[in-house]
Amino acid sequence: MTSMKRSITTTYYLVEKEILSEFRTRYALNALMMFVVTTLSIILFSLGGETVPADVLSGLLWIVIFFSAMSGLSRSFVAEEERGTVMTLQLMTHSTSVFVGKLIYNCLLALALNIFIGLAYQVVVADFVVRTQSIFWTAIILGSIGLASASTILAAIIAKANTKGTLFPVLAFPILLPLLLTAINATKMAADGAYFGESVKEFQILVSFSVVIITLSLLLFEHVWKD
Amino acid sequence: MFSPLSKIILSVWITVVLILGFAMPMVPVPQHWYELPLIPGLEEKARNIIFHVPMAWTTMVAFAVSVVFSIRYLKTKNYVDEIRTVAAAGLGTMFCILATLTGSLWAKFNWGSFWNWDPRETSIFILLLIYSAYFALRSAIDNEEKKATLSSAYAIIAGATTPFFIFVMPRVMKGLHPGSKGDEMGSAPVAQLHMPPNMLILFLASIFGFTMFFYWIYNLKVRSLLLEHTHQASRH
Repeated sequence: MTSMKRSITTTYYLVEKEILSEFRTRYALNALMMFVVTTLSIILFSLGGETVPADVLSGLLWIVIFFSAMSGLSRSFVAEEERGTVMTLQLMTHSTSVFVGKLIYNCLLALALNIFIGLAYQVVVADFVVRTQSIFWTAIILGSIGLASASTILAAIIAKANTKGTLFPVLAFPILLPLLLTAINATKMAADGAYFGESVKEFQILVSFSVVIITLSLLLFEHVWKD
Repeated sequence: MFSPLSKIILSVWITVVLILGFAMPMVPVPQHWYELPLIPGLEEKARNIIFHVPMAWTTMVAFAVSVVFSIRYLKTKNYVDEIRTVAAAGLGTMFCILATLTGSLWAKFNWGSFWNWDPRETSIFILLLIYSAYFALRSAIDNEEKKATLSSAYAIIAGATTPFFIFVMPRVMKGLHPGSKGDEMGSAPVAQLHMPPNMLILFLASIFGFTMFFYWIYNLKVRSLLLEHTHQASRH
């Protein structure tokens, strides 16, 4: 019981460390907000006042979400390698605590980012009218958790590779595609004004995706993390 | 691994299946054992099922083999398991490309365009992306042991997502392949087989032939990679 308690405390401190080191530089948050603003303005420029069907707009929304997640969530383990703090973490903590800490932090970051994107997108893109807000936000929240869970283990993998930045979307895309397609489907339903009950199947897929990925990551992380 | 006799039997087997697949006449009402039914709308194009489906099947078998040996590698850290993973993944890529090309041609002449983003087309495309990502990851890591461990981990994660696009997505999304959502012929896990017995036998013989063919080249490849490995080890 005490070891359980200790690993929970360790995880808590790791999340706190992540948040503190993030707010010390605000690197990720500032850069990501700028990334979102840039992408949204490019979308607005290219749409140029044309009426675009909601189907296309739901796809565009998830493109913005996917690429901002790719640039934001890939950092978590690369930063440890760059700062040279990997060895300390390996010595001081259990690998599961490290993973859970990073996962919680990535979930928080993805949620904050995607809620911001969801709000900004609805405000800025006039043609995108969400008739069922409950479906839209459930898709955003479940999608963020799924994105964060797949990104965390992949970030741990690419931190040991040579070409870190370009490799991450290449590895992540095929794994995230089932999640993205389902989330796009749910967003379309939200725009079409479907009832919440009609999209339960989509949410089941999103939840089971995250559960499968997180379970596997917990099993695999030790192999990836330990040299 | 393979005795000369079994190689000859396998070569003859595949040749016979290929010849029969191309040559068995298709008639509206089959009366002899060698006649296949002519289905309106599919016509002679239906022959592709003897080649296209076994290729896609072999892709899946190869993928399963590489995932199984990835798991074994992480357990044992034995480089032979790693070599088996790489060999299966390489062959899987080849069969994946073949299945995509034959399927794309069939789609052009039956559904009107080379690519329709039908769920099953999407899933073979994802598989192609997974294979490319796997080899891209391998080329980005210098340390042999790290390369093996990390690419095995990636293969296992990618393998865990396959049920989503093989079993879940085709059920949820509308598609053109048999067994998709809304297909009145039923939706079995992969596709329900509505075939006359002679065609079914030929189809299963082709699946068996392709699988054994995969196993044959896979064995050759594993042995050549092992030789390469010992050769490199002896030079250092």
